[in-house]
Amino acid sequence: MANDQFDDLRDLYQEVILDHGRHPRNHRHPPDANREARGDNPLCGDRITVYLSLDDHGVIQDVAFEGRGCAISTASASLMTEVIRGKTEQDARILFECFHDLCTKDDADSDAHGPVDEDALDRLRVLSGVREFPVRVKCATLAWHALSAAMAGAGKVSTEE
Amino acid sequence: MPDAHRKRGHTSAPTASHRPILPPEPYDVERVRLDFPILRRLVHERPGRLGKPLVYLDNAASGQKPRAVIDAMVRCMEQEYANVHRGIHYLSQQTTDAYEAVRGKIACFLNAPSRDNIVITRNATEAINLVAATWGRRFLEPGDEVILSVLEHHANIVPWQLLQSEKGFTIKVVPCDARGQLDVDAYADLLGPKTKLVAITHGSNVTGTITPVAEITRLAHRHGALVLLDGSQTVVHMPVDVQVINPDFYVFTGHKLYGPTGIGALYGRKSVLHQMPPYQGGGDMIAAVSFDGTTYRDPPYRFEAGTPPIIEGIGLGAAIDYVEMLGRDAIALHEHSLLERATKRLEQIEGVRIIGTAPDKAAILSFVLDGVHPHDLGMLADQMGVAIRVGRHCAEPLLARFGVEAAARASFGLYNTIAEADALVDAVVAVKEFFR
Repeated sequence: MANDQFDDLRDLYQEVILDHGRHPRNHRHPPDANREARGDNPLCGDRITVYLSLDDHGVIQDVAFEGRGCAISTASASLMTEVIRGKTEQDARILFECFHDLCTKDDADSDAHGPVDEDALDRLRVLSGVREFPVRVKCATLAWHALSAAMAGAGKVSTEE
Repeated sequence: MPDAHRKRGHTSAPTASHRPILPPEPYDVERVRLDFPILRRLVHERPGRLGKPLVYLDNAASGQKPRAVIDAMVRCMEQEYANVHRGIHYLSQQTTDAYEAVRGKIACFLNAPSRDNIVITRNATEAINLVAATWGRRFLEPGDEVILSVLEHHANIVPWQLLQSEKGFTIKVVPCDARGQLDVDAYADLLGPKTKLVAITHGSNVTGTITPVAEITRLAHRHGALVLLDGSQTVVHMPVDVQVINPDFYVFTGHKLYGPTGIGALYGRKSVLHQMPPYQGGGDMIAAVSFDGTTYRDPPYRFEAGTPPIIEGIGLGAAIDYVEMLGRDAIALHEHSLLERATKRLEQIEGVRIIGTAPDKAAILSFVLDGVHPHDLGMLADQMGVAIRVGRHCAEPLLARFGVEAAARASFGLYNTIAEADALVDAVVAVKEFFR
């Protein structure tokens, strides 16, 4: 990786992202999933489906995804599945809002949306490089939009605005 | 340029390879480049750091503008501008003459029999929508069949779907083979007594495939069906003669032809245009208006309501002059040398799969790289100054045909160089290395 012509992109394509992009975690279709939603970014051709197993108490017992997008959207989906398992829907929503701020605002306040799992948010910080590349924000948030839709029972979401 | 390059009627037979049969003329691409101010700029400039030269390989999306086009539009606004078709005063008449001369240029450009065959539109999309909204709405009925192909841009799919929901006809789709070549046998089988319209691209914006339009048209006419051809990707690369191809409609857009945005054209067969009701209502398209009833002008004006895109029209006229001055045969030869070079070198990179390998194709090179999403590829290539398009290219059914969600696409224009074809290949190699 000695191509210094890509120096500007090092913050965006950090090693963790390249790793999750190459080897996404929880890239499967759980047979006991009771919610799912598709995320579609028609402009660049990212298309993923997020699967959830929600228990009666609104706790995410399992989360996984299928489909492939760019390195950013795949890594983001992979990281998402790692940080939201075991969380309530409400906690997952707060985490998404904080993560969205992280991707779009320079001075994001992690308390802005309620109590958030700081460790989880820290793990997602690796994606904050998209702030410098507005067109890639959609990639980073695609899986999260699909997650929201799955929790709301909407089934399909597009990040093309 | 020798006269032979500009001579009308020099079109090679559209059923055969469209590759020009003239011997190669010296084509001075470095001189051509001087005509395009934007090619001198750098991209990704920053304080303390020199930018990268722009390697613009997104010509199938839109072409850059030569000085002649820019100057013509500025001159129009500075010296020769007023509304057209309605002024008694000097400037209005001058502008009207200049604007109507562009209609004549478009007619010559397509070798249409008359300027009255040419309806000026905002772009190719509007031209197709115009045919759907007028001819289609009047003549298509439940039980009729419209034939499209899997190669189509969304602009030649969605207008027919919108009309279908209203009129209840059937849409049939001609497949292509693994190279992206249109399946003419399958097409012949789809044709029948119910076929009313065949609407097919002359050249794919993804695979670059040039379709056998004269044969498509001949077969359709044998069944009494009309033919619409989308020439957006072809008029920029090769000579087109509507009297040889013989379609009922031929559409193209100006901005891919190195002209401005907001201008395009519809060629229509005279007898067909005369059967068609108006498109939009408004000024300029009427003969007489009263509250008891309004009568409409003859084609092409019947389809041109409101103040037309005057300045854009002047720009398109200059673009046509520019392209004709270079000669489309010479342009095609030059672009093919770039396509061949890039194709040969890309093919040698392990993990590259080229989408579209038809023997007869325009200078469009779509591909995917194993393990690297096109979106990432495009962004990294851009860091090296190489501008390509990535995604679904407004042709989702075609990408699905090739089993890919997205692809990268390099498309060459008349000002691209061999060094730029090499820069594309170098970028792909570097990106592959980055993601290894």
